[in-house]
Amino acid sequence: MATLMSGARMLLECLAREGVDCMFGYPGGVTLPFYDALYEHHIRHILVRHEENAAFAAEGYARSTGKVGVCCATSGPGATNLTTGLVNAMMDSIPIVAITGQVTSKLIGSDAFQEADTFGITRSCTKHNYLVKRLEDLVQTIHEAFYIASTGRPGPVLVDVPKDVFQGQGHYQPVTTIHLPGYKVFTEGHTGQIRRAAQLIEKSSRPLVYAGGGIVSANASAELREFVELTDSPAVVTLMGLGSLSSEHPNFISMPGMHGSYAANMALTECDLIVALGVRFDDRVTGRLAAFAPHAKVIHVDIDPAEIGKNRAPDVPIVGDVKRVLGRLNTLLAERGRKPTEDVAAERQAWWRQVRAWKREHPFDVPTSETEIKPQQLMREIDRLSGGQAIVTSDVGQHQMWAAQLIRFAEPRLWINSGGLGSMGFGLPSAIGAQTARPDKLVFSLVGDGGFQMAIPELSTMVSQGLPIKIVIMNNGHLGMVRQWQTLFFNHRLSAVELDSFPDVEKLAAAYGFKGRTIDKPWELAPALEEAVREPGPYLLNVKVTPFESVYPMVPAGAGISEMVLGPPQPVEVPAQ
Amino acid sequence: MLQVISLLLENKPGALMRVTGLLSQRGYNIESLTVARTLDPALSRMTISVEVDSSQRQQVIKQMNKLINVLQATDLTDAPAVVRELVLLRVKTPQESRTAVLKEAEIFGGRVVDSSTDGFAIEATGDAEKLGEFIDVMGSYGEIEVTRSGALAIALEAKKLRLQPPVPTGNGAGVEEKVI
Ligand SMILES: Cc1ncc(C[n+]2csc(CCOP(=O)(O)OP(=O)(O)O)c2C)c(N)n1
Repeated sequence: MATLMSGARMLLECLAREGVDCMFGYPGGVTLPFYDALYEHHIRHILVRHEENAAFAAEGYARSTGKVGVCCATSGPGATNLTTGLVNAMMDSIPIVAITGQVTSKLIGSDAFQEADTFGITRSCTKHNYLVKRLEDLVQTIHEAFYIASTGRPGPVLVDVPKDVFQGQGHYQPVTTIHLPGYKVFTEGHTGQIRRAAQLIEKSSRPLVYAGGGIVSANASAELREFVELTDSPAVVTLMGLGSLSSEHPNFISMPGMHGSYAANMALTECDLIVALGVRFDDRVTGRLAAFAPHAKVIHVDIDPAEIGKNRAPDVPIVGDVKRVLGRLNTLLAERGRKPTEDVAAERQAWWRQVRAWKREHPFDVPTSETEIKPQQLMREIDRLSGGQAIVTSDVGQHQMWAAQLIRFAEPRLWINSGGLGSMGFGLPSAIGAQTARPDKLVFSLVGDGGFQMAIPELSTMVSQGLPIKIVIMNNGHLGMVRQWQTLFFNHRLSAVELDSFPDVEKLAAAYGFKGRTIDKPWELAPALEEAVREPGPYLLNVKVTPFESVYPMVPAGAGISEMVLGPPQPVEVPAQ
Repeated sequence: MLQVISLLLENKPGALMRVTGLLSQRGYNIESLTVARTLDPALSRMTISVEVDSSQRQQVIKQMNKLINVLQATDLTDAPAVVRELVLLRVKTPQESRTAVLKEAEIFGGRVVDSSTDGFAIEATGDAEKLGEFIDVMGSYGEIEVTRSGALAIALEAKKLRLQPPVPTGNGAGVEEKVI
């Protein structure tokens, strides 16, 4: 039996049918009917303090659970404020659905109050977007949006709903099927290519797994571990993939790329086979493409056909869901049961010896000081308290890189950061999303003194929702990462990177009704972090660290990844582009 | 190089914007674009000629195929295909050269669609090069005004169209690939 109800109510019915239990948003004029329907609905709405953070929070929610995150904004400024979050979800393949209000349909195009061309503006910020002009299309559209966001390569989908569609009354008829004839989702992988992959793997003397965010999206960690163990390959795991193979796993060789480990970058440079799993050969990983993995054959598994061959032509392309493909590949390898020939076995042993030697020779540097807190020490302490179990959401900059290098993650969906877009301001709102989704978890929100100040308004959201997030500010008094580049490549001419007038965090936190503290002595670090963790509610810990520390190793822009600068004493030249 | 792309897409608002947006966001300049309904009114056929870096040709096709509204994107640049264009041209002709203009039009397979004391309106189809010559020749007789349709292309070999079947809502599960 179809029931008479408003469009707004229908939308909520659809969300409930899709399993949505909470959403992040900010109301406004044209979404009034929607918020009115929400008033008597069980779906939890979390009022953020800026729409960008509604998207970031939805992403934290999605990233920490694997479910679709939902955010909502009003027309005009509400929708435009969402866009950074949408692009972020696009770049990091995070499934979110954004609902925006639009002016009444007959006013569209008249420069009505708070009108913006949301459909046009968000075309390139989304995997797909919709403008719903008729109530009859609403239900179908919402289900399509969830389907598109969560399948294939996940991503953001926006649905723009005019006020009159929210208000219109109609008979709600649940939609049970959707039909998108042009939406191709490749899942299985080509059997012939999977066989060819197995053959290449068996013959390889220096194999290397290069795994990334796709493993997390596909929930393929178990398959990855099995593959790594079956082939006994060392595995480098990208910034987006951290946790997909436990950092404690003996085959884990840390992150590759611009601030990756020496061992990871050398292994990529010297290996004879790359098994690329849910990665996209991003420029921050490959450095100068011509110098990247010059001796390697490449097996590339990705669900997005456009990623295959985009930056590096593979020898064996496999378009498919990495979970299914790896599952089949593991079965095939086990069935074939080919032992490496004696020569290959010996070469593989030598390869492992080499990789271990690289790890030993240049582990990530963790300097100490008697008087100052070194940023790396801060990461070590967080790592100690987390024991690979806590959720760490990070902002963007030096602290993000040190965290990725030094904090261990036993599982996927614990490390949440803005990778592809590198969007400052992500750290706190994404923690709000993650802590909302996983109230049982210890959540650290690790931020720089720059990025924190982009997100300060959300302290209020955190407090009002009673979220016990531990915000840790790595305060170096600068926009650290930009300062590092100015130091290294612009002759120490520090321009517009000094952050003075940082607020007193004790007072700041107190103003919002929770605890805060500033520390700057090495011996205060462990007890202060422990206190933060012990505190039942949120905590704001401002850690003043050495101001001029730089992140190493560093691959200068335009260089090959084996041309790492390992530390400050080495002279650094500006490379010819 | 000039890439000729044939697209079959859903006839929906915004579908055109998605296709052109993909090109403009990469800084590619569209030489010509034609679009019209197919036999199935829910679908449109589009032909695009676009200046694309040759290393990016495949990437452009893949990105187009990713668009939800696109059922099929095909690169016809080197494929067996017929590419044609329509020109509509008005030429102002003095009385004494009217016969000559008609003769020339005939040579190019043009057809007079309107005639007045001032001159003629002529339509002609063909490949871009031939039409270029036609326009030059007509220009030599007097003042001309020209409208070109841009390239229209059809592949000479049918390509399998893979369409996805309907799926149930609310479970976010993967779809099976099916050839129809
Ligand atoms: C929204 C945004 N604006 C600018 C940048 C450029 N940027 C990258 S890192 C960085 C410095 C960040 O400083 P801070 O938050 O203090 O972190 P730190 O690098 O010191 O750890 C800046 C400005 C960015 N990534 N995002």
